[in-house]
This record gives sequence, structure tokens and C-alpha cells, in this order.
Amino acid sequence: MDKPKKNRPGPEITPEIVREHGLTVEEFRRILDLIGRTPNMTELGIFSVMWSEHCSYKSSRPYLRKLPVESPRVLQGPGENAGVIDIGDGLAVAFKIESHNHPSFIEPHQGAATGVGGIMRDVFTMGARPIALMNSLRFGELEEPRTRFLLNGVVDGISSYGNCTGVPTVGGEIYFDACYNGNNLVNAFCLGLVKSDRIFLAGAGGVGNQILYVGSKTGRDGIHGASLLASSVFDENTEDKRPTVQVGDPFTEKLLIEACLELFECDWVVGVQDMGAAGLTSSSFEMAHRAETGVFMDLSKVPLREEGMIPYEILLSESQERMLFVIKPGHEKEALVILDKWGLDAAIIGEVVEEPNDRIQFLGQEVVNLPIIPVVDGALDLKRPTKRPEYLDEVVHISLTEFPDFSRGDAALKKLLACPNIASKEWVYEQYDHMVRLNTLVLPGSDAAVLRIKDTDKAIAISVDCNSRYCYLDPYEGAAIAVAEACRNVVCSGAEPIGLTNCLNFGNPEKPEIMWQFQQAVEGMGDACRFFDIPVVSGNVSLYNETKGEAIYPTPTVAVVGLIEDQTKVMTQGFKKSGDQIALIGFTMEELGGTEYLKTMFDRSAGKPPVLDRKHEKQVQDFCRELIQRGLISSAHDCSEGGLAVAVAESCFSPGCQTLGATLTLESTLRNDTLLFGETQSRFVISFPEERINEIEDLAMAFPVDFSLIGKVGGSHFTIMVNGKEIVKQEIDVLKQIWKTSLGNYAGQTT
Amino acid sequence: MKCGIVVFPGSNCDHDCYHILKHILNQETHWLWHKEEANLESFDLVVLPGGFSYGDYLRPGAIASFSPIMNSVITFAKAGGKVLGICNGFQVLLESELLPGTLIQNQSRKFICKNVTVRIENPDTPFTQNCGENRILEIPVAHHQGSYYIDPFSLNQLEENGQILFRYCDTKGKVSAESNPNGSVGSVAGVTNEQKNVMGMMPHPERCADPQLTGIDGQIIFQSLISNS
Repeated sequence: MDKPKKNRPGPEITPEIVREHGLTVEEFRRILDLIGRTPNMTELGIFSVMWSEHCSYKSSRPYLRKLPVESPRVLQGPGENAGVIDIGDGLAVAFKIESHNHPSFIEPHQGAATGVGGIMRDVFTMGARPIALMNSLRFGELEEPRTRFLLNGVVDGISSYGNCTGVPTVGGEIYFDACYNGNNLVNAFCLGLVKSDRIFLAGAGGVGNQILYVGSKTGRDGIHGASLLASSVFDENTEDKRPTVQVGDPFTEKLLIEACLELFECDWVVGVQDMGAAGLTSSSFEMAHRAETGVFMDLSKVPLREEGMIPYEILLSESQERMLFVIKPGHEKEALVILDKWGLDAAIIGEVVEEPNDRIQFLGQEVVNLPIIPVVDGALDLKRPTKRPEYLDEVVHISLTEFPDFSRGDAALKKLLACPNIASKEWVYEQYDHMVRLNTLVLPGSDAAVLRIKDTDKAIAISVDCNSRYCYLDPYEGAAIAVAEACRNVVCSGAEPIGLTNCLNFGNPEKPEIMWQFQQAVEGMGDACRFFDIPVVSGNVSLYNETKGEAIYPTPTVAVVGLIEDQTKVMTQGFKKSGDQIALIGFTMEELGGTEYLKTMFDRSAGKPPVLDRKHEKQVQDFCRELIQRGLISSAHDCSEGGLAVAVAESCFSPGCQTLGATLTLESTLRNDTLLFGETQSRFVISFPEERINEIEDLAMAFPVDFSLIGKVGGSHFTIMVNGKEIVKQEIDVLKQIWKTSLGNYAGQTT
Repeated sequence: MKCGIVVFPGSNCDHDCYHILKHILNQETHWLWHKEEANLESFDLVVLPGGFSYGDYLRPGAIASFSPIMNSVITFAKAGGKVLGICNGFQVLLESELLPGTLIQNQSRKFICKNVTVRIENPDTPFTQNCGENRILEIPVAHHQGSYYIDPFSLNQLEENGQILFRYCDTKGKVSAESNPNGSVGSVAGVTNEQKNVMGMMPHPERCADPQLTGIDGQIIFQSLISNS
């Protein structure tokens, strides 16, 4: 047995120690089989993080393989730091969404900040300059005492980190629900721009190449963030895990971006990887694994923040703002000159070797000698059992007769506009610098964020989306709807969806019911992506979002990226002119299941979510995009949470547009509540000048899609007439005030 | 007009200022690196851009004011050269004592990024000469520490000397507490030195100067400087 000579006298590996490292007895036996000896403490730590759910995807991998990952535009699919999609003109976009849920619950400011930092590094390691950040946030119900603290902390963390790095935060989504009381979600998205022939990959190829450590010094923060924090459920001792949360330094990140982009100009840079979850361990092992090589490293050369750190700590530290480069020998000095220019720490800490092992030395002694493949690939794919949860039988069956219909909709409309899931997110996005770098064509508050690509005619539209209540009621349909709705949102801005990244947030996978939700959601997402022909190019899985047995709703968040060929034809959701016609693309069905209306008015998360007819969805999306491309319409808005009435109200007072009233004149046999607030899918509210009616109607007939004129823009009120009877009439300024101030009023209250 | 844009570590509106001056307004534009002193005699304008120089550590602008390039900028300013500090650049100018007063945390204690309106208070300076009386500009702010403060006596002096160039106002030009986004004393959004060759402002004129984006009110400040050069 080749026992390291004198690793720091560590404790003997006992079953307790194995358990404390989050490894099962079977996993420990497998380690013994794979390496043929007992690992030392440092090596055990390495297995612990590398085989953690967070790093190994052992529960989720078998399902993720079923997602479609290809299209003619895909330059890099899943498996690298970020996916890359060709947008023509020699350019490509690299993007990914990633969770930072567990740290953000324990320490919201730093947890969210480092989430932003991590996702940005994933993107610029591909050689791309980050040009946009977005996020998807979930918090508990407003009544929960911790919610306001978490909301303020998370937003502040994103704001302070993103703003300092000079990358605009251009949009996102926020939902509140009691299911997130014990586990908030922070999913951060970043998109970068890269020349399509200058994409960098995370491989440590070329024996003899040098391993260059760049960025912040390594400290004792974040040790076991990936294994003990991100890969287990919360309980009474959650607060004790605070030391596993990292601390971010956005200033260093900014310098790192600039320095790395300068390094990428050099042809002697071979590969690069961010030291994210599981730090130096995962970056070195994974880079060697991708290139089918080995690495030798001397930890004595790693820049350290404090004295007395042992190899175990150096290898498992998740200190932020660190990168690992592989460069050709003979260029070390050039690299150090560039890094010194930006004031960054850097050191050559090892080299690429042929033997496929990670051999690590410290103070002249070998402390780790592990084969690459077993560590990276050795975690067994778990075939976790699945079982349809029993709650579904109780919640999905509702009868509309349980809910009395109304003759006036004013009160419900006001209540919905004030509901934080629907109310304006201005309080949030005003804290984010969403304009820096001068690319933001559509400011936050519309269906999708739109950024121009300078020096081209093109623009990129991005939307993050997931209605987790739908997913709770039907994870398959809910996930499919998330894809459809995110696509619909980018279509509203005139874009064609070209790629998707996902962040799959679920509860404890060891429970068959949770695994069933996961399996269903991934299938629904995969089927929808196949149908809409959108490749999934990157993603992240966050499991164990569960506290004291209470899991979050399944939340398979997606971010869809769309391409606009002509940036002068970008569309927004706000009405533009008094006298314009309002029309609905699609049709409304008598359904209320899973709606914000049922939740807000009756406190029920129940019923079947809306039905998604994919073929119909595709038709309405194509039609809407056609109208925009032909320059026929003045506004387009997705009709989603809160239904038709809320969609029209939002178009009346969209940010960046003047506030305008509207009158809807509807003919219908539906109940008033389903007509106004039902969330039937595949609908758009559009507006256009009156003289275009015939042309648009002809086009709708030719397509064919359902299309109906429903009202007119103008006046100082929002009025809804149904079958000749007025059921809503409110001053538009009053509605706007409710919608605009609700979230800020809540967030700003002092308790 | 020959322009120089200072790049501090952490500057992040440097590219935006460069884009507007070089590509939109077609002016000769150069980068000025913080670590090096430079002879600025041949320059018509030096811009200190927005961002988080040195991470805003200690105080925004404090560390930047000690960087080598600032020695050159101070020499340039003392000789009458025109210096424009935007946002973090304004903070650097205050820390360098090229401008009076200070900037403290916004009243809301939050970062604020949004469009605001400002009223031109003195159209008779190189930075505002194309504006005309009482012109109102719609222009974005993006800052966390942008609440201008100076003691009442000095504020009075600034007013008398015409050193207050912009005040936050509503869309009709009315100055009030409601139209003041950050709690600045006297709603001050931008000031000059006595000689009127150094100006600092919290709003970002470079963010509303490209016709492809919404609003081009910021162009008028750069155009004034071009006319003056």
C-alpha cells in the first residue's frame, strides 16, 4: 500500500469521519475498491466533494442525458463551464444559469453575491466578455418573518457584486410562496459575447504545460460548501453551516475579467477553469479529466491568505475569484506581466503530466496521489426510486363551483396587481445597474431583456421563467410551460429562441416523491425543447432544497436566449398610442387551476395547471414574431400570471412608456373570473394602429391562428365590458400606483 | 477635440465614455492608465469615468485620488485643462480636492439606477454652453453614494459663483424633495470649480448619447465641450 509518507498527522479514517464527509458506506467501499487502499484525510476530503451531489450529479445525471443538446448553432453543449451558441457574424454567446440557494439562505448578501461571481466566471472562462446578468429569485411568503431580511439581503448582494463588476443586471423574476419559507432560491444567469473561433475550453492538455493559479489568495472560507452545504437538507443546525459560505470580492472579479480577457488574446493559453465549487480540487481534476492527462501540483506555491493552512484546507477551500490556467511552457513571464498589470496574485503551481493521476505535494511531501477517472467519474449513478406523490390526488381536483364568480372584477384586479408575484419589480431592478456598457435596448420591466450586439445589426433577448405552482400541480406540464413561456417572452421582443439553460431546483432526492417530480419535470422540459427545437446547452441541478421535511415546489427554472436579426425591430410590451387597437392572439379557456387568482383570492394552490398545446403555442409564437418583423404592431405582451386583465393593465403602465388607459370590450360565454384572470397558455396581447386591422386579420387567417380584437388604448381609465356590461372600471393612475409601489412598500417596512 | 479617458482598476464606464466620444461623436480619444503619469498638455478633455475604482474600498474615489495619473490630472486641471468626472469620477475629483464638497450614501441607503431629470443651472460654462437657459435633461443615475453634501455657507458660495451646474428636478423643471433621488443638499447633481474648467456630476451623460438607445440628452454636454475646444 502506497501510504503517503508523512501527511500531517491526521486522524485515522473511521466510519464517523466517513459519515461526516457525507459519504455512504457503499461509497467508501467503492473508494477502497477503486484505489486499492485506504485514502488519507486529504484524499477522503477530495472524494467527499467530488462525489457530492453538487459536483457529481449522481442522482440527476441519468435523466439529464435525455435533454436535447444539439442544433446547428450549438458550438458547445453541456459539460463545459457554459454553453455556447453561434449568432453569426463570427460571434457567439456563452451562457449558463446556476443556483446559489443554500448559501443565500444562511447568509443572503454573500450567498447571492458569490452566486453572481461564480456564474460570471463560468462565462468568461469560455473566453467571453460577460455582457448581461439576470436572476431568478424565490422567497417565502410575505408573512414569514425571515422573508424581508432575505429579500433585502439577496438583492443587496446581487446589486453590490454585479454593479461593481460593470456587468449590467438586466432582468429576472421573483416569486414568493410559503414553500420557500425554509429554502429561498437564488439562480443567477450570465451571458457573454465571444468570437466564435476564440472559445476556450477547460482542458489541461499537453504534457509539460504549466498550471497557473490566478486571482485571490486561498483562505479557509467555503470549505465543504459543495458537499456539506449544497448537498444536504436544512435542519435546526443550519446556522452552524455559516462558515461554509464564501465571501465575495467583486473588485477582484472585475480585475480578473479584464486580466483573463487579456490573457485569452495570447495563443499560448491552452485551457482555463474557474475554481468554483470544490475549489482547486475540482478544477484540477476536471481539467485533467477532460484532456485525459494528469496533473502534478505543489501546494506550497499556492498564494495563501493565512498561515498554517494544511493541504486538506487548501484543496477544499472555496475562496472566490480564483482561476486555474494551463499555459505553454516558456510563457510564464508574459503571463505574470499581464496579471501584475491588473494587480492580481498569480503563481505557477504545477504542470500537466502524462500519467492520469493528480499528484499533489506540500512542503516536499506527497499528500495526494489519486487516479483522475475514479475521482471524477467514479461516483455511481444512482437509480433512485421514484413514486408519484399522494398530495396530487388531493390538490389537482377542483370544481369551479367551489369558487363563486364575481360581477365586478375591480377588487380582484387591485389585489392581484398588489400581489408581489405580479407587482412591479422596480424596487429590485433600480438597485441593479442595468445600463452599464450601453447595450441594454429594453430596460427591465418588459417580458424579456434585450441587448444589442455592438458593431452588428443584431440583438439578444433573454427571459428567465418558471411557474413553480404549475410544477407542483403537474411537474411535467409545468416544466413544459416554463419552456414555452420563456420562449413566448423572447418572441414578444421580436426574437427567435435559439438556446436554453436550466437550473433544476428540487427537494431531497432520497425521497421517491421528489425524484418523481424531478423525472417528470426533466421529461416535460426535454419534450418541450425537442418540440420547439431548442437545445439545452448548459445547466445546473440544485437538490436538497428542503427544511425539516418540507420541500420547495419543484422549480425547474429555464433561461431562454433569443436572437433578433434587426435591432431596429425590437418590440416592447407597453401600449404606445391612444386610439390603437388592442387584440388577443390565441383564445381563452375556462380554466383556473394553479392561477395567481386562486392563490390570492382563495389561498388555494390547486387544480390542474393550464393546458399547453405545443402546436398551437408554436403557431401563435410564429405569428407574433411575423407581425413584429413586418413592423405591423406597436406592442406585444405575454399573457401569463394574472391572466388577460393583468396583462392589459401592465401594457397600460409599462416602464419606459407613457401611462395610457384602455377599454376592453369582450364577448364571452366564460365565467368572468376565468375570462379576466385565467391563465390559459399561448396568448399574446398586442396593440397596433387602427388602419392595420385588415392586414393583420388577413395574416391571422392565413397562418391560421385565433385572433380577436378586444379593445382600444386610451382614456384615463382601465375599463372592461363583458357582453355589454361593465365589470371593471378603475383610474389607470390608481392601478399603476398599487402595482408600482407594492413590493417596495413591503421590502422597505421595518419590523 | 483630443480626449483622454482615465482607466482605474475597477473603472467600468470607461468603455462607454470611449464609445460615445470616439464612435458616436468622432473625437480623437485615448486611454490613460492609472499607474502612469502622463503629459496631458495636448489634451482638450480628460474624463474620469464611472465605476468602482479600487473597489470603492476605504471611500469611493479615495484610493484613486492617490494614483500616479491623478498627479498629471491635477497639474492639467490647475493649468486650466478641462476635466469631466462622472459618478465615480466625480467622487475622485472630490477626494482630489479639485472640487468642493463630498458625496455620501444615498438617502435610501440603496443603489439607485434609473432615469432622472436635471435642470441646467448655469448655461455659461464649457460643459453646458450648448444647453441654453433652464434646459431640462433626462439622464440616468447609477450610484450608491451620490448624495452631495456641503455646508450651507459653502453651498451659498457655490450658488453665487454659478458653480452649481445641475439640480435634480421633475419633468417640468421643478426642484423638490420628491424629485431628488438621493437626498443631495440643494438637489445638486453636478458642480464645477471656481474656474469652471473642472466639473463633476453624478448622472451619466454617456448613457444617453447614443441614438440607438433611448434618449440623447447627454450628447449636449459633450457637444458643449466640443464647441468650446
